[in-house]
Order: sequence, then structure tokens, then C-alpha cells
Amino acid sequence: MADPVPFLPVAAGSQPSLDQPSYVSTWHRHPEAAPLRIPVTLTEASAPRFEPRWYAPQADLSVTEGKAALGERIIVAGRVMDENGRPVSNAMVEVWQANAAGRYAHARDAHDAPLDPSFSGRGRVFTDGDGRYSFVSIRPGAYPWRNPGPGWRPMHIHFGLHGPGFAQRLITQMYFPGDPLLAFDAIFQGSGDEDAKQRLVAALDPAVGRDEWALGYRFDIVLRGRAGTPFEAV
Amino acid sequence: MSRATASQTAGPYWHLIDFPEWADLLRPSGPNADAAGERILLTGTITDGTGAVVPDAMVEIWQAGPDGRYDGTFHGFGRCATDAGGRFRFVTLRPGAVPGPGNATQAPHVAVTIFARGLTRGVSTRAYFAGDALLAEDPILALVPEARRGTLLAQPAGAGEWRLDIRLQGEGETVFFEV
Repeated sequence: MADPVPFLPVAAGSQPSLDQPSYVSTWHRHPEAAPLRIPVTLTEASAPRFEPRWYAPQADLSVTEGKAALGERIIVAGRVMDENGRPVSNAMVEVWQANAAGRYAHARDAHDAPLDPSFSGRGRVFTDGDGRYSFVSIRPGAYPWRNPGPGWRPMHIHFGLHGPGFAQRLITQMYFPGDPLLAFDAIFQGSGDEDAKQRLVAALDPAVGRDEWALGYRFDIVLRGRAGTPFEAV
Repeated sequence: MSRATASQTAGPYWHLIDFPEWADLLRPSGPNADAAGERILLTGTITDGTGAVVPDAMVEIWQAGPDGRYDGTFHGFGRCATDAGGRFRFVTLRPGAVPGPGNATQAPHVAVTIFARGLTRGVSTRAYFAGDALLAEDPILALVPEARRGTLLAQPAGAGEWRLDIRLQGEGETVFFEV
């Protein structure tokens, strides 16, 4: 059996460092030793196939049991590609977020803002053959956290994706354009270089929205690529 | 060609996408309900650099089936939230040996990735099975300094349980990999 094609090296400036003095929770949790570099094996080059029959899609977060969530309705759509420019098809995209008031439907979220019984804040969609996904939600609110600085996280939606290799697993956050809290947020500011940061900010896109119904935001995602073409049959 | 999107922490509220049944890879309602093999528990406690337990981590595993295949019928993915004591617990089947680089054979192992508040990226390690005859020829373990190999060896804890404690930082720090 041929060895799996290696992944491209992590591009300089594209990723946050694990040790971030301004993000207090990293202090005792980041490994001190540099990760040990190993050759890619089948373990990293393969990944689970998430079939919708076992992992049911939930593409509309804005309605729960027929009741509309409070807040500004949005459509989020984009394309998942790899660094080689190939669309990532049939990828499971998980999202989670706070409600419009900035509160998570989570037992440990003690923020004194109202819960919305019509908003769970979780969704799951799959990319199509062209790598495209979309879901409907409401715009999340900012919320306070205990970290030095203004102490409020900018509006964001968490994204989790699995690619065709377990080493391509990505958890990230999508932010909203023009949010003044971005300038103060330790997590966003620690994402990498300026390009890395700006690509975490979605674009307001009328083509994604629906007239008189929802604003649209485009958020494209890129997973690690391969230093070659892994799937060409010889 | 664009660079990969930056990773961000999963934060403290990722449990909105925690489905506790996913920690049981053999769940009757799941894709492995009919899978046959040696049933095991893979457990452990995650601690930080102060020795405090990490009670809000997302632990994901990926493994081959008992036949050593990733593309066979066994769906080797699981996710588990650590509990208040920092513990995780998966129910699965012991994986088979997997082909490695060249003509090497990898000893049976489970890939483990941890996400959490305070981790800006997932950190990835492996759980091997202490005492396995193939450990000596595993090409990945051979790259790990001998003094740190123990951090990758799950130990038998009775009744089919294999325990691998994970230390994120400091003395006894787990070996994390990158490819």
C-alpha cells in the first residue's frame, strides 16, 4: 500500500500559538514541549464518514418546535475548500452559539441575560458536492467573560468541521464585520497574522440573504491541504 | 491558494454539541451496533500544568476497527466531554494493527484529540495498549524519546478498562503530535 500523501506544513502566521499570555485560560493548559513531528500515517490521513442517517442535519436554528427565536434572523453560507483549492464535499459542519441576548443554553453560562426557550443554539449541516453549506440562525449577542480587557467577547458563531483526514479537523469561530469588540478580543487578536484574523470575519452578502426575511453572511473555510494529489488513481 | 483558516478555542460552552451517546461507539442506535470484537473501555483523567483536573474538555477519538481498517464497516469516531473530575470514558472495540509508513506495522492505537477553553487549537496524541507485542516495532513510538513513551501507553485497569491519563502541561506532559 502506498504511503499517504503528507499534509502541507502549517503556513507561517496562519494559526494561533497555544501559549497566549493575554488569554488567561491558556496559561496552565498549553503544552510546553513542541509537538513531536511524525510522518503522516493512515491514522491521520483517514477520517470518519459522517452519514446524515446517523448524524441528522439541523439547518434552521431560528425555529424551535414551530416558535421563532428572538433576534435578527440571518443566513450563513459559504464554501469549504482545502489549501489545494479543492472543495471539501460531504463534510459535517457543526455550529453552536449564544442567543440574541448573549446567553448560551448551557448550564454553566451564568451570564445574567435571558434565555430564549425557542433557541437551542446548535446546528449541523453537510457540505454538498461543491463544498457549499448554509444554515439559518439569529445573530448572536456579545457576552462578558473573565479575561483582562473590556471583558466582552465579540459576536461569534463556533464552527466545527471534519475533513477527509483526521489531521484536518478544525474548530474555529466566525465573527461579524464591523464589531468594535474585535479590536479588544484576546482570542480573535491571537488568531495569527492580519490575514488570518480577517478571514475569520464573515462578509455581509446580499446574495446570501433573502429579501425582507434575513440578512446573509458569507463565511468560507479552508482546511489543511496535501503536498500532492492524494486521490488520483494510477 | 489560500492558507488554512485559523483555529479558535472551542471555549467553555461547546457542550451544546455534546451528545453523550457518542462516547459509546457500540451504542445500539449507532453505526456499530452489530460490530464484533474485544469490547474495551478507554478512560482517563486530563490535568493541567498545576495538576488541576480539566472539567470542560472535548475529547475526540478516531481508530481503526478490529480488522485494522479505517475504511471498513467499523465507525471509529467518538466524542466525550470530561466530567467534573476531568475524566473521559469511551466504550469501543480494541482496534487492530494498522499499516504504517513503508512496510511497517503500527501497533493498535487510538488517535485522541483534545479541545477546550484555553486550548487555541486541538492537541493530538495517541493511546497505545501497554504490553502489546507490536509496540516494539511501532514506527511512531520509535520517534518518541523513551522517557516519554509511557505517556502514550494506556494501562489495564481491570474488566476491559484501559486507562490513559493526559497531562496537558508540565511534569509528565503528554506527548502531542503534529503531522
